[in-house]
Amino acid sequence: MLEIRNLHVSVGDREILKGLTLTVKDGEVAAIMGPNGTGKSTLSYVIAGREGYEVTQGEVLINGENILDLAPHERAARGLFLAFQYPVEIPGVATMQFLKAMLNAQRRARGEPELQTPDLMKLVREAAAKLGVSQEMLRRPLNSGFSGGEKKRMEILQMALLEPSVGILDETDSGLDIDALRVVSDGVNSLRSPQRSFLVITHYQRLLDYIRPDSVHVMAQGVIQRSGGPELALELEKNGYRDYLAGEAA
Amino acid sequence: MIKLANEADAIYEAQYQTMQKSGAAQRRAGSYQAFLERGLPNRRVESWHYTDLKAALAKPAPLAAGDERKPLLARTHDSIRLVTLDGKFRPDLSDLSELPVGLRVRSLHEALADDNPEINVALWPDGAGAEDAAVALNGALMQDGVVVSVSSGATIARPIEFVTLVGASLPEAIFTRSALIVGAGASVKAIETAGVLERETSNATQLNHLLALRLEHDSKLDMLSHISGFGGDSVSVFSLNAHLASHAQLKAHQLIEGGGLLRRQLFAALDGEFAGASFNGVTLARGRQHADTTLFVDHRQPHGASHERFRTILDEHAIGVFQGKIVVRPGAQKTDGVMQSKAILLSDGATMNNKPELEIFADDVKCGHGAACGRLDQDQLFYLMARGLPRGEAQSLLLEAFANESLIDISDYRSRDFVLERIGGWLAERTPS
Repeated sequence: MLEIRNLHVSVGDREILKGLTLTVKDGEVAAIMGPNGTGKSTLSYVIAGREGYEVTQGEVLINGENILDLAPHERAARGLFLAFQYPVEIPGVATMQFLKAMLNAQRRARGEPELQTPDLMKLVREAAAKLGVSQEMLRRPLNSGFSGGEKKRMEILQMALLEPSVGILDETDSGLDIDALRVVSDGVNSLRSPQRSFLVITHYQRLLDYIRPDSVHVMAQGVIQRSGGPELALELEKNGYRDYLAGEAA
Repeated sequence: MIKLANEADAIYEAQYQTMQKSGAAQRRAGSYQAFLERGLPNRRVESWHYTDLKAALAKPAPLAAGDERKPLLARTHDSIRLVTLDGKFRPDLSDLSELPVGLRVRSLHEALADDNPEINVALWPDGAGAEDAAVALNGALMQDGVVVSVSSGATIARPIEFVTLVGASLPEAIFTRSALIVGAGASVKAIETAGVLERETSNATQLNHLLALRLEHDSKLDMLSHISGFGGDSVSVFSLNAHLASHAQLKAHQLIEGGGLLRRQLFAALDGEFAGASFNGVTLARGRQHADTTLFVDHRQPHGASHERFRTILDEHAIGVFQGKIVVRPGAQKTDGVMQSKAILLSDGATMNNKPELEIFADDVKCGHGAACGRLDQDQLFYLMARGLPRGEAQSLLLEAFANESLIDISDYRSRDFVLERIGGWLAERTPS
């Protein structure tokens, strides 16, 4: 379960999140929609622990524990996963080597025995096959020279391997064609479970045709303006965000 | 007569008088004269601009007396080991029994006594290396070393390892000169290893070492140098002087682990058509270490190729230097030269001086260079940490990847694993920043 309580975040002198509150229960898929520049990516980065943001007030809890004082790797070990909008290219680090380091770092943090290479290879191959991630991609340096679609599939592969309790998908549909969108969405859908919460951040309703949310939240001007069911996404698609931008400098 | 200006000069004069009696008097006199004309280089000498050797050697240590101990040396590589300890070639510590056919090994003393023209030309190369004051001082004061010749057409499967060890517990000055002559069409692997013998070894050793490589027509040499710097007050100059004839191919990799003030000088003369040399390396330095790699590649003939890729990682208050100069002479058309040096600074206190240069006097060449300094990419670091890697582990993974960029051409997987393991060990010792 993910709980965000009255979260205020500033970058420099500018307040970006202004008291955001949202709960995503176990098993729930919540979608956050909102116009550009409203702080959606800031929210995902703050939850994951990126430097450069100042939390002035509020809490973020994963399964009841406030994670805001934890380093990014400690948050990951507690079951948080952020699928990046722009997965970072790391030339020189082989994808397989990275997957092993990632899995074993989290296993160590939880006091579990490390995976040996043959077991790891088997695990990765099976998960990769489901997502259409080729062996050739696994041999390449991490995300290097990958297409937009390949990068997003690699993010979902990592999520499938890590089995987080809270998954945040930041604009996962950006840069995807319809086929890739379907593969990525199927990957996410197959990970839905009563023990797992998802927060899906997106501009467009399109992604939500593939990943059906339980709740939809409109974010604008640094707070959740309105919450509702899946029908809210359709309404936004029709009317746009203009109703929520009143009062913002025109 | 040049007037001796200071205490250091007087000490070197006395040491020269001593070494004059041990053979090659004329050669030594020529080198000493060249040294006197230049003096120890300070920052006003362009090629030494970032490393003030004159200040570092203001008090020259006494000449090494040699060491009669017979230490048990751990074996790191499956190699034909040739050991120089405290300035003296040690046949008893070397693998001289059952040398493969086509390989001849002798001490520098024997080689000087032979006065063989082929060996002399290897031991006293011409060009930029010969004009360097530290190399000239080495020529005047060289105490011993090992000279290896490989017959034409021979292929030696096991690497020939030149081991330079320091074991004396008191500060000493050590001057060694070795040579590897690879005959026409021969193919050889070599390893150059330098380090201290044990923990009690003095931390103020002054070492000046030259390894001269002479690659004859169509010969091939694959080489790995692993230099572990000596203690905090040590001053060491490791010169490599390579001379390549036509179609000769040299592939050289180096791993420098800093220690005190350390200068690595690489001189290469591509003196025949279609000669090719590559120099790649990783330098690691921390604390107050000063690690300088200075490279000079001289393209004298057409169709030559030289590729250089260097990576430097500096932590704490370390100072790094990379100076690289590629010269293409008027006749050296169709030269292909690429030089790249990148550094990562892990602390605000570290300093990198990065200076690549091209001097091109031919009009039909392809040459380029690039240099960069910076800190670790923060986006990459966050990405890895967001996947669960603790900061130190994430930094190490990125730094290994960075270093690996200059190691991708090492063809021998054991050498490559060895270097990666050393880098991993160095990284494991650091506190994440």
